[in-house]
Amino acid sequence: MDNSDKAIFDFILIHADNSLILGQRLGEWCGHGPVLEQDIALTNIALDYIGRARLLYQLAAKIENNNRTEDDLAFLRDVMDFKNVLLVEQENVDFAYTIVRQFLLEAFNHPFFNQLINSQNINLSEIAQKSIKETTYHLRWCSEWLIRLGDGTELSHIKVQTAVNNLWTYTQELFKPVESEIEMTKQGICPDLQLIHKIWNETIDRVFLEATLIKPDSVWMQNGGKSGVHSEHLGYILSDLQFMQRAYPGLEW
Amino acid sequence: MNTWPLFEVFIRSKNGLDHKHVGSLHATDAKMAIENARDVYTRRQEGVSIWVVESNLIVSSDPAENESLFDPAQDKIYRHPTFYNLPDELKHM
Repeated sequence: MDNSDKAIFDFILIHADNSLILGQRLGEWCGHGPVLEQDIALTNIALDYIGRARLLYQLAAKIENNNRTEDDLAFLRDVMDFKNVLLVEQENVDFAYTIVRQFLLEAFNHPFFNQLINSQNINLSEIAQKSIKETTYHLRWCSEWLIRLGDGTELSHIKVQTAVNNLWTYTQELFKPVESEIEMTKQGICPDLQLIHKIWNETIDRVFLEATLIKPDSVWMQNGGKSGVHSEHLGYILSDLQFMQRAYPGLEW
Repeated sequence: MNTWPLFEVFIRSKNGLDHKHVGSLHATDAKMAIENARDVYTRRQEGVSIWVVESNLIVSSDPAENESLFDPAQDKIYRHPTFYNLPDELKHM
């Protein structure tokens, strides 16, 4: 890969890894949802994410052109090679945390994929056109829940506000560009993250107002996921996710 | 959760066809019922439109009255339009 290919490869991996890791996290709810209907809703969304991860890994593997497949990228890389944001690897904790984590990311994903449709890279544009439909529903689904829980009972309000307070520290990273994103924005391949940030803020303000939630004051912001510096959670996720390929290399379905 | 009302779900499989009853689910209100129905009943491309209605709003016939309601139709086969000679040109009857 030359430098230009390396930049787009790294950029695609951010979103491929975001999709895989969040899909895996949501998959942990399978059989444990608060009600049957939401159990299915959570795993539907998980499958949307795994599907998106596959498309992005396939594209990354093609660009890398080094005999690695989508499966190699998903199952045979270690923690430092993963470029997902810290937000998506955070634990499910409870339904409130899961909804807040989802909302904070969907409020990013929605404008991001909307803009990515105009990407100079035709493959990414096509993936964005598929993703925007899924993301529109995801954002609607978790906004509804955030409003129900925030403006619900005293207990549900405390639970989601606590989740907001504790997850807020992982939000800035979404908008703080790393090298690959800066290069890709220059080339018109990655959307301008400043613009995404502006739309994200508007979504947060609108939904929080209805959910009677308070945006935390400026807190210490965590960074590093997009550069491969992760929280301890990612190692545990990968040991689950990659177990089969590590224990039985090359095993097929 | 047990106090969530029950909704009946009707799905239109494609434009031009009727909505058909597919099952029921629990939701706190109609809006959530639509979303739940989307997630539970249309994940394999079963539909293009969803109706939900709270189950307790449906008025149904009394099974105890089945004899008086439905049995009298049994011996009235002339109500089926099968006794007419149709011209050959007439298709699709």
